[in-house]
Amino acid sequence: MALESSGIFGVSRKVTLGERIRYTGHEMKRNIACYVMLAPFMVFFIVFTVIPVIMSLPMGFTSFDMATFPPKFVGLDNFYTLFLEDDVFLQSVRTTLIFAIFTGPLSYALSFFLAWLINELHPKLKTLFTLIFYAPSMAGNIYFVWQLIFSGDSYGYLNSFLNTMGFTTAAVQWLTNANYLLPCVIIVQLWISMGAGFLALRAGFQGIDSAMYEAGAIEGIRNRWQELVFITIPSMGPQLMFAAVMQIVSSFTADIVGRQLVGFPSTDYMAHTIMTHAFDYGWVRYEMGYASAICFILFIAMLICNSVIRKILQKYLDT
Amino acid sequence: MAKKELKPSELAAKQAADNEAALEALRARRKKEQLRLQKSKGSQKRVGKSWKNDIGIFIFLILLGAFMVFPIYIAIISSIKPINELFIMPPKLYSLDPTLDNFKDLFQVANNSWVPFSRNVFNSLFVTITATVFHVIFACMAAFILAKCRFPGGKLLNKIVVISLLFNSTVTYIMQYIVMAGMGMINTYAALIFPLIPASMGLFLMIQSIGQIPDAMIEAAKVDGASLFSICWGIVMPNSRPALMTIIIFEFQAAWNAAGGSVVYDEALKTIPTVVQQIALAGLSRQGAIAASAVVLMIPPLVIFIIAQGQVMETMAHAGMKD
Repeated sequence: MALESSGIFGVSRKVTLGERIRYTGHEMKRNIACYVMLAPFMVFFIVFTVIPVIMSLPMGFTSFDMATFPPKFVGLDNFYTLFLEDDVFLQSVRTTLIFAIFTGPLSYALSFFLAWLINELHPKLKTLFTLIFYAPSMAGNIYFVWQLIFSGDSYGYLNSFLNTMGFTTAAVQWLTNANYLLPCVIIVQLWISMGAGFLALRAGFQGIDSAMYEAGAIEGIRNRWQELVFITIPSMGPQLMFAAVMQIVSSFTADIVGRQLVGFPSTDYMAHTIMTHAFDYGWVRYEMGYASAICFILFIAMLICNSVIRKILQKYLDT
Repeated sequence: MAKKELKPSELAAKQAADNEAALEALRARRKKEQLRLQKSKGSQKRVGKSWKNDIGIFIFLILLGAFMVFPIYIAIISSIKPINELFIMPPKLYSLDPTLDNFKDLFQVANNSWVPFSRNVFNSLFVTITATVFHVIFACMAAFILAKCRFPGGKLLNKIVVISLLFNSTVTYIMQYIVMAGMGMINTYAALIFPLIPASMGLFLMIQSIGQIPDAMIEAAKVDGASLFSICWGIVMPNSRPALMTIIIFEFQAAWNAAGGSVVYDEALKTIPTVVQQIALAGLSRQGAIAASAVVLMIPPLVIFIIAQGQVMETMAHAGMKD
């Protein structure tokens, strides 16, 4: 706006830097009330979110054990070590990607599908099912129940069920066997992942004007599938985007479920995600510099993923 | 000639009468059509909607719903099983002799630690309520400014808020700890409460919701001489009550479940989730008490969710992302 101003005879000229600064200063003075009202939130936001994020960038280039100040600058050493020497990190990248594929797109599609199905039901049932599918993200920390279910002895619900039905003859070590523990953690992660995104999609469906469907029926839409593709999805762009961001965050930062369920470290590092790796170095070994480097890489990955998904969904945002 | 003799007021009255008549006719026609539709197949009917389909969907949802609720059911059932039933072979999906002993045990175990359990309950409530109140007040004001005011830096701040949705507290936790340590906040209530206040998800939800309020309403208030502050609380907030309820739910849930074990080490400052974690460390012998504590922890967020659910549905429809 302030970049160019039209002079006499409508000829535009470049605005000098000084003028721009003066203009901005003037505008800031005029809108002082805005800054006053923003201040309380922004002070907390800057101190507890922005500063930690900005700090973690240079911290990634240091060796810092939280006891010796100042942190020692080591250049790109942390990143070299991460990618070239740290086998566990590479393993954790693999695990995180597996996690992200299952709990990201799968959980996203499932939330969408469920929200759609629920929407077709009677209003009273809608409320009930919304509560049912949102309940796990409210119950949150009941990992002990999953430990009971997947318990390695025959007291476990799953083992006892399989034994009585005759599928297995001995107890299966669900949470310590390297073959089974990752699927178990993924199931629990899926169970927990229907959160804010699911609610947003539910409401998105509810917000669509039913007149649109009637019009669609007149225009020749023959089945519910066509209805979904031609009417429902195009009018839900914003909700789809919101849910996508929530899914990206929750799937990329998956960590606590694995640590609680299969222990830390898990057998053969099978459930060792990038976040778990950062936790390991930050809070167990107190190598904060290294942990910051890990967090930084994770953030970059999420940023890229976010902008890619943004581009894919962009066409729906404008309709 | 006859038309010219009419006065402007009469003309207006005639026009109004004509309009009225036309509208009446239109309404009558629409009503008839609706009646016809209802008679033929019901006006709510949509393409491809049938009883058979509905039952299929219903069965599918029941099965998946059972999977979602099963662990919660087990938590509840374990909490009312007496100790001898907890280790029955094979494990039962119901209790033969329901009892509240586990809850009594829980409070006893919790009371036998350094501080009485009531202190932890107080801490949890205090932290949750303070964080929720401040988060809601601050986020509402900031969201109003970011959604409706134009000022230098506004666009940049909006972008930062969207990007910050990508961080969850785990990513910034390490640095957050260092910042708090630098400010001498470790082992105080501040360490538990302050990081919960600037949750950008709540702010973002509010920005989207306030964006739906027509500018004309705010302009009118400005012309009447209302200050930004009174516009925010007198006009904008009453019109976005559903969003307000939603961020209360999210923040309450987040604050209630936040385990501050690593920023607070004084027993007198610990919240219920931290204490429950400590109790759970005792393992198998505390099975019943752990189940009981899970059930107790689940209740407050559930109550808040049920109270506010109607409003959540309304708000989330605006929760989309726009640049």
